Amino acid sequence: MGEFAIGQPVSRFEDPRLLRGGGRYVDDMSLPHMAFGHVVRSPHPHARILKIDTRRARQAPGVIAVLTGEDWLTSGFGDLPTATGKKKRDGSPMYRPKFPAMTVDKARYVGDPVAFVVANTALEAQDAAELVEVDYDPLPAITDTAHAHEDGAPQVYDDCANNICFVYQEGDKDKTDVAIAAADRVIKRRFVISRVTAATMETRGSIGHYDKAADRYTCYTTLQRALNFREELAETLRIPESKLRIVAGDIGGSFGMKSGVFNEVGLVLLGSKVTGRPVKWVATRSESFIADAHGRDNVTEAELALDKNGKFTGLRVRTLYNAGSYTQPGSDSGASSNVGTLAGVYMTPAVHVDVTGVLTNTNPMRPFRGNGRPEAAFVIERMVDIAADEIGMDPAELRRINMIPPSAMPFQTGLSFNYDCGEFEKVLDEALAMIDYKGFEARRAEARKRGKLRGIGMSYTIEKAAAPGYEGAEVRFDRTGSITLIAGSVTQGQGHETVFKQIVADRLGIHPDEIHYLQGDTDQVFLGEGTGGSRTSALGGSAVTSATEKVVDKARKIAAHMMQVDDVEYADGVFTSRKTNRSLSMKEVAKSATNPRNVPKDLEIGLNATAAYHTTRQNFPNGCHIVEVEIDEETGVATLDKYIVVDDVGVVLNPLLLKGQIVGGIAQGVGQMMMEEIRFDPDSGQILTGSFMDYAMPHAEIFPHIDIKSMPVPTKTNLLGVKGAGEAGCVGAIPAVANALVDALTHLGVRDVAMPATPERIWRVIEDAKRGQTA
Amino acid sequence: MHNFNYHRASDVAGAAALLKDVDDGKLLAGGMTLLPTLKNRLAAPSDLIDLAGVSDLKGISIEGDEVVIRAMTPHAVVAASHEVATAIPALAALAGGIGDPAVRHRGTIGGSVANADPAADYPAAIVGLNATVVTNQRSIAADDFFLGLFETALRPGEIITSVRFKNPSRAHYLKFRHPASGYAVVGIMVAQYASGVRVAVTGAGPSVFRVSAMEAALDKSFTPKSIADIAVSADQLMGDIHCSAEYRAHIVKVYARRAVEALTA
Amino acid sequence: MLYDVQMTVNGQAVSGKVEARTLLAQFIREHLRLTGTHVGCDTTQCGCCVVHVDGVAMKSCTMLAVQAEGKAITTIEGLAAEDGTLHPMQQAFRDHHGLQCGFCTPGMVMMGVDIARRLPGADEKTVRHQLEGNICRCTGYQGIVEAIIDGSAKINAVRS
Repeated sequence: MGEFAIGQPVSRFEDPRLLRGGGRYVDDMSLPHMAFGHVVRSPHPHARILKIDTRRARQAPGVIAVLTGEDWLTSGFGDLPTATGKKKRDGSPMYRPKFPAMTVDKARYVGDPVAFVVANTALEAQDAAELVEVDYDPLPAITDTAHAHEDGAPQVYDDCANNICFVYQEGDKDKTDVAIAAADRVIKRRFVISRVTAATMETRGSIGHYDKAADRYTCYTTLQRALNFREELAETLRIPESKLRIVAGDIGGSFGMKSGVFNEVGLVLLGSKVTGRPVKWVATRSESFIADAHGRDNVTEAELALDKNGKFTGLRVRTLYNAGSYTQPGSDSGASSNVGTLAGVYMTPAVHVDVTGVLTNTNPMRPFRGNGRPEAAFVIERMVDIAADEIGMDPAELRRINMIPPSAMPFQTGLSFNYDCGEFEKVLDEALAMIDYKGFEARRAEARKRGKLRGIGMSYTIEKAAAPGYEGAEVRFDRTGSITLIAGSVTQGQGHETVFKQIVADRLGIHPDEIHYLQGDTDQVFLGEGTGGSRTSALGGSAVTSATEKVVDKARKIAAHMMQVDDVEYADGVFTSRKTNRSLSMKEVAKSATNPRNVPKDLEIGLNATAAYHTTRQNFPNGCHIVEVEIDEETGVATLDKYIVVDDVGVVLNPLLLKGQIVGGIAQGVGQMMMEEIRFDPDSGQILTGSFMDYAMPHAEIFPHIDIKSMPVPTKTNLLGVKGAGEAGCVGAIPAVANALVDALTHLGVRDVAMPATPERIWRVIEDAKRGQTA
Repeated sequence: MHNFNYHRASDVAGAAALLKDVDDGKLLAGGMTLLPTLKNRLAAPSDLIDLAGVSDLKGISIEGDEVVIRAMTPHAVVAASHEVATAIPALAALAGGIGDPAVRHRGTIGGSVANADPAADYPAAIVGLNATVVTNQRSIAADDFFLGLFETALRPGEIITSVRFKNPSRAHYLKFRHPASGYAVVGIMVAQYASGVRVAVTGAGPSVFRVSAMEAALDKSFTPKSIADIAVSADQLMGDIHCSAEYRAHIVKVYARRAVEALTA
Repeated sequence: MLYDVQMTVNGQAVSGKVEARTLLAQFIREHLRLTGTHVGCDTTQCGCCVVHVDGVAMKSCTMLAVQAEGKAITTIEGLAAEDGTLHPMQQAFRDHHGLQCGFCTPGMVMMGVDIARRLPGADEKTVRHQLEGNICRCTGYQGIVEAIIDGSAKINAVRS
């Protein structure tokens, strides 16, 4: 199976179906007698709900039911699950706001669900939703991250003082304070990392189906983690998990956002229970902006201490993290699980991070592509460039002298990460050569002649992937020797089907056309935490590998028994006995394995294997991005002209798919740095970016061709030697682009450009700098 | 979208009659602005009268020193028209930059002009190229047509049948696209006629406007330098989170100069 | 009130009764159950819904079903050969990893075919510019752009 082997640029097995229009996203599913739901949402960011009158809506054409929070409460269902585990500064438990599926007393963000209309058609449900009359008493709202904790700020919850939800700290505070106090030089800077949204091209959606006869619920929905989803939803519905089936079809992108159990999942199930019919809800795009969880959104102050040689001696970071209006399990993880990224690839001995999570009248938060990694990478990699500028050292050189050498591996950083491997300087050098770093000043001068300000910027970022956890895989041989392969992870476009089939084909010698891939159905999948945190190649891939190893082990014994030999060798799907020159293919063994005569007495018949792979050690993908930008000095319009990446994501399973992940991640990073932002009006609390008319999505036109080279340093933390690749592109892109933009403007006196660096913002910093110079 | 009644008109007179008969009727041309507006329930007309079947509303012709574009001609047809490209290349370029390819295949000049979206491109062409908007009732001069935000001189029941553009000696259109919507943040048409220069700006204000100071300066000397320091006031301009009024005013100044540069290079 | 509509979809004559407000995209997806055409926004910007109307790319979410009366519509389901062989543009998307989640893909492919028709030999810059009405969130567009250039070359080689 050489053409499908691990490492080959195999084109995807899922593609022909998707390309023929055969995708099965949730909105493509239709159940007999299905009804449609529409959510009535609060138009206010903060308001007391005085009365909800559903009488007119109930009488509207096609309406079957109009449900409110009171109906939810009387149904016996509970609140949605919330984040837990963190503490406040005084050591008391974090604030855990109740998360109702439909709020009864108060609305806490624009989009908070207050009622759910079920009708025969989606349009009838929408028509009737306009007839639901809700009396609101608007309250002052706080949407701003920086000011939410201040005295006098509107309180999102009356019993949560200063809106402080939690405080998270990592690193050695005392050591860091000492290092900074003793430093030759301390660089200090404040960064605002904008709020963005995943804007998956497929919006969220769910179909709820309660089977009264069987007393069992089925939910077809958009998700990342089928079994975890079932667990959380079963707790919400207060039913045993065995009475709940979750099914995911194709998922049209997620990037972290669809990983939670959202209100509407409960609403369609309640709707189905009440009406006796399956109920579908699919968000419109405009609805998504007010109903989806958002990502990022923090305000960070960083101090980087250096000695006189430019060596980093300490890093102190304080962050205010916008935790949104309600928490969900994992919604707070962007503030904590990945702050380790701040340590970077540097030897910095003392690091301390202090994060305060504040509640606001904004959408709930969820992980988004990187989940804290890009934010942290942005801070450290901007700080390095700022330091290089201030001490007059080349930014590549400053990185080089502070980098952890391979000889220091394994390396415990000043934060939580313990790197197992990495050859950072080698990757850096390759990247510098690839972009012709030495030749840049000539390119800058040439651009100047054309009236353009050219800048170069780099980032060298590292993050954790595949956090400790587990994943399951199952290989089921069918009677004729074809395979059903079942994975616990869920693809939202990454290409799991292809990579997993590659592994199975490579290890078992079965042609991918004879492997059926199945995922996302909790009635089928026996184990798995699902997808997220760049974990699937490492954990899911290892689980699939492990399952194939179990198959080979058993098949070898069966082959020996069938051939009556004891010298069986296995290679490329064939069992061979040298002594007898006999051989059996994996398929032949599989076909024969259900006949007890062919199977040794101490073995069960059949050739199936489940594998549960777990790891306690994460891996650390890393890489260098270098970008060249050109800025139109008069208008502030910035253009990406050149973009290269050299990455180390360990063993490359499929270079075609790897490039897709890196480039796709870069696009989201570039979007965040240059155009995307969820903005709320500070006075009214209304969202100002409620559709693609206002929320700027990156288009094809803004990107240059991106050149990528891999320099794998295999990790021993999993069976395949892979490191996570899903988030690396996004992590590296944001600081690299920012550094390039600032570099283009440094000669004018510009030292920073706020995120997102829109043309107007760039124009303004240029104008301000010019005024500063002439003043 | 709220529901409505749908009518297919076969001629202009029939469409006008229908418009009179129904409660709150609206004409449907390409629908590229009207349908999104209805989908988001920002309007709820009782009836839509589709002009797609009206045969004499399509096509481009050259009549004397005018380019005549009939109302239901899609942007893509204008953009690809050899006649337009020869007579007024700036007009073909403007049409080729509206929305995106799929939008240009359906969106029409008549629909765009009647809608008078402040960020649409065509108003800059109408005013900059001193066009005449011809309706089933009369001819309206460009300077009298756009009255304000989504507001035109069209009377109830009046239907645009064509737009007549006067060939300039030279013209250039430059557009600064909104990063999210793709509409014009600033769209500027600079056109030179024997009778004088016209500078029309769309996108920046609540309605298309002319910059008379620039026109006067260019009448004296058609050089980039002559308008390099002429600014428009931000006071009357619009602003949003991407581009403030002040920034739009700045872009008007820069793009006007660049348009002249393009014409004099 | 319901309106009768008749049109040809992927070569087959179809008819239906629809509300005036029924969008062409809804008619295709819900009445004909051809769910390959997707709807990704409500402001005519994402291009997931692009189909061909009389051979020309249009956004089926911004067109009423009644406006398609008598037209010939091609959707993503109508591109591949009867035996399932992918159309050259579909094949190019596969070859160049021009899709990840697959949701924007039908619109991208239909737009790609339209670009190949209008602009044979279009270079990278032109193709990128031509995608101003199609949004992809997964791929960063690189594979899509490569696919459209390659697919277009193959389509136009066959034509000439």
